[in-house]
Amino acid sequence: MARRLLYLLPAALFVVLAGYFAIALTSGRDPSLLPSALIDKPAPDFTLAGFDGKEGLSRSALQGKVAVINFFASWCVPCRSEEPLLMRLAEEEHVPLYGIAYKDKPENARRYLDQLGDPYRGVGLDQSGTTAINFGVYGVPETYLIDKQGHIRFRFVGPLTAEAVERELLPRIRKLEGS
Amino acid sequence: MIVEIGHYALILALCLAVLQSTVPLFGAARRNMAWMTLAQSTAVTQFVLIAVAFGALINAYVTSDFSVANVYENSSTLKPLLYKVTGVWGNHEGSMILWVFILSLFGAAVALFGVNLPPALRARVLAVQGMIGTGFLLFILLTSDPFRRLVPAPLQGEGLNPVLQDPGLAFHPPFLYLGYVGFSIAFSFAVAALIEGRVDAAWARWVRPWTLAAWCTLTVGIAMGSWWSYYTLGWGGWWFWDPVENASFMPWLVGTALLHSAIVVEKRDALKSWTILLAIITFSLSLVGTFLVRSGVLTSVHAFALSPGRGDFILALLLVAIGGSLGLYAWRAPQLKGGGIFAPISREGALVLNNLLLCTGCATVFLGTLYPLFSEDLGGPKLSVGFPFFNRTFVPLMVPMLMAVAVGPMLAWKRGDLRGALQRLWLAAAGTLLALLVAFYVTHGGPVLAVLGLGLAAWVFLGVVIEWTDRIRLGRTPLAETWRRARTMPRAAHGMTLAHLGLAITVAGITASAWQQERIDVVHPGGDLTVAGYVFHLDDVKTIPSPDFTAERADITVRKGNDIIAVMHPEKRSFAQQGATTSVTAIHTNLLADLYAALGDSDGKGGWTLRLYWKPLVPWIWIGAVFMAAGGIISLSDRRWRVGIAARPRAPRGAQPAE
Amino acid sequence: MSRLALIALCLLALMSAARAVEPSERLRDPALEARARAISQELRCVVCQNETIDESGADIAHDLRVLLRQRLLAGDTDQQAINYIVARYGQFVLLKPRFEPATYVLWFGPPVLLALAALAIAVNLRRRRNRGEAGPAPLDPAERQRLAKLLAEDG
Repeated sequence: MARRLLYLLPAALFVVLAGYFAIALTSGRDPSLLPSALIDKPAPDFTLAGFDGKEGLSRSALQGKVAVINFFASWCVPCRSEEPLLMRLAEEEHVPLYGIAYKDKPENARRYLDQLGDPYRGVGLDQSGTTAINFGVYGVPETYLIDKQGHIRFRFVGPLTAEAVERELLPRIRKLEGS
Repeated sequence: MIVEIGHYALILALCLAVLQSTVPLFGAARRNMAWMTLAQSTAVTQFVLIAVAFGALINAYVTSDFSVANVYENSSTLKPLLYKVTGVWGNHEGSMILWVFILSLFGAAVALFGVNLPPALRARVLAVQGMIGTGFLLFILLTSDPFRRLVPAPLQGEGLNPVLQDPGLAFHPPFLYLGYVGFSIAFSFAVAALIEGRVDAAWARWVRPWTLAAWCTLTVGIAMGSWWSYYTLGWGGWWFWDPVENASFMPWLVGTALLHSAIVVEKRDALKSWTILLAIITFSLSLVGTFLVRSGVLTSVHAFALSPGRGDFILALLLVAIGGSLGLYAWRAPQLKGGGIFAPISREGALVLNNLLLCTGCATVFLGTLYPLFSEDLGGPKLSVGFPFFNRTFVPLMVPMLMAVAVGPMLAWKRGDLRGALQRLWLAAAGTLLALLVAFYVTHGGPVLAVLGLGLAAWVFLGVVIEWTDRIRLGRTPLAETWRRARTMPRAAHGMTLAHLGLAITVAGITASAWQQERIDVVHPGGDLTVAGYVFHLDDVKTIPSPDFTAERADITVRKGNDIIAVMHPEKRSFAQQGATTSVTAIHTNLLADLYAALGDSDGKGGWTLRLYWKPLVPWIWIGAVFMAAGGIISLSDRRWRVGIAARPRAPRGAQPAE
Repeated sequence: MSRLALIALCLLALMSAARAVEPSERLRDPALEARARAISQELRCVVCQNETIDESGADIAHDLRVLLRQRLLAGDTDQQAINYIVARYGQFVLLKPRFEPATYVLWFGPPVLLALAALAIAVNLRRRRNRGEAGPAPLDPAERQRLAKLLAEDG
């Protein structure tokens, strides 16, 4: 009898494996995306210069406020595709957007924002990329949601889409601002 | 029009596949000859139809018919003809057509050459092949149709990726698929045997040639892929334990185990239900590999980017094929009568050890490859499992197996004399010790593990040679007698010897990677860099225009002492159209070691970064693989397979035991 | 970046050995540089995910190589430098998974599987012999003589 059960073992193991595959398929997750290692942890401290004489961006300035930090670059093609959405978020939804220009020359970043519009309440220049590394950025654009206590609550990799904003970003912002 | 013919041919092939899956099975159950022989006509016709479809697709690529969406996405008029053709299988849809083409090829081969098979078995085998074909043809027609039209037809295609235009890369898929898909025959034989409720020595004899053919081609396919990585990727890496690489390695491991356990079924009528299980698992791993590559659940540079609907379909295919066959196994395998008993120390025992270690090795690779998926599914952290894991877990399993390769063939069937075998191997042990000492001295006491690895390779090599000389009684009987024995020895025995030698050679090549020397530096024209006693002198770096790209080409003269060893020309190519840069490495080999040069960036001040390597014994990795495949082919040419009848050939007086 | 674009980028980065570890990144102290190389070879590039940061031509790989060397210069031990990167990018960058409860199944799996399989084989073999499946009948004297004669011929 035990012997018969042993013959069933391969089939049973396969069913378990198929289960894992099914879960992976239906989760719809993208295996190349990395989850942020800093979720629910304090955002890294940073003080970044601004450009054009404008004041830059620092973490202390964001204390006590909900903030959405968007890493972008003028040389980044997908960043351009999310610009209109960011403009709409800033103007219509009053999302507190702050920008960090990643490895960008001040003039280029300036020109980029002049051309496409500046949705940010404050912009900092991260020319060396050190701040980005501290956030765990591995490509641009990336967007981080920070709560009033300065903890990172959510990260979105890649250009924001209307759907992602509706489903993931806005609800979380509202919840954090409400609390 | 031709494209539509191809499309129609696929649909017809599907209909035939459905017919082939059902009627012969009923025929075998009812002993209806007409229904059983139907399988042969459907198998051959299916092959012809799929060949027509394949031909139609190739034609579309060659004529750059961009009204076909698949051609538009993956080809371009600017590609050379060879790469237009090989580009057919460089994408998901086209490679699936190649898949079913090879599937139907093997089915037709069984139909045409399996004349010695009992009709009922042949009918069942072809029926199972038909079922597999049905599944995949449905998959193609429903989710991955290469014949989709694009209206209006664009003028130029998008598929001009320079990386894919390479002979090694272009021919690596067909060999791999011949291997993966070839194992479907062993699978079909196993399922057919389960349906019949009988496995005997004759079955093992019939299965072996097909399994061997698949194994040979898979060996070549994996070696080609590894070799391509080596000469393309600028630092000479040849294996990364990438999920898709592992997906090809796992069927190879279990396929090797299958080849060995089938021997026991044939000689001793034992290990039957285990061998059936292995045959099912080998092809199941091919199927799981197909799933992993095409469903998008794992990242890999090899993975085709796909829509999830396809992943669902393949998973359903897996459930039916693997779940079904394993379920059948659970139901019918207990009825298979057990065979001969044997002592733990015996030829069978050694083969069981071989199977144990190969299968555990495969399970290890499986665990490592899929663990990140398991962990994420259960809500755990996103992990990655890389070569440090596999080196620490897989390699230790292979060590005892390699040690056994030399000893196993020296043991008798049923009850072996271990002490006697080891005594006969004393010369191999002495040689191994010598090799260890020489290696230790030459590498100045370098990494100990590598020295031991080389010793292991020497042990296997010498042990195999001794087994062969033993068998032909070299030195113990007159030369004429030795020669006669060598000539009349069954080819399969020569094949085994050659394949095992190939294994030893590959292992030596792999362990020698530990001793490679590297030099990466900025050099100005006229300057030198030295690696391992070779002086690389950078003569010049020239810009060479070419129709599709601009190349920077370095001229490097390599000297050792006062002799010029080689002139090497590594290049950096810029493709203006794609805005990409690729590097063409220069490799000079003397078959004992490779000199490897890659050109890096310019520093803007006239200096260039050169990456230079001296890689000892690396060519042996692929030479060994060629020996392994050659051994397999020689085994295949053994006339006993062609005779194919279950009766043993009568052994002439005084000959050694049939292998 | 779309997945397809990412894969294309990495395929091309794969082939431009040009930007794997650069001479300009190297530290002057050979011992520190050797440590840096060894650690880089055990960290996965987060963009071109089937390469180490030592091999990868991606920008982020370059940044991480430089960062690693900065940490070593600042006096970090190997483990501290690795932890610094893991704190930012997660365990995914570790090619060798940590040995911790979440990975016990992974690390213990192979030896446990081997032991279980070996046990199953041993039990199976013993059971077969105990079941008393008779081998062939012993040879009678005439057969034994024939056997001796054959063996003598066989040399």
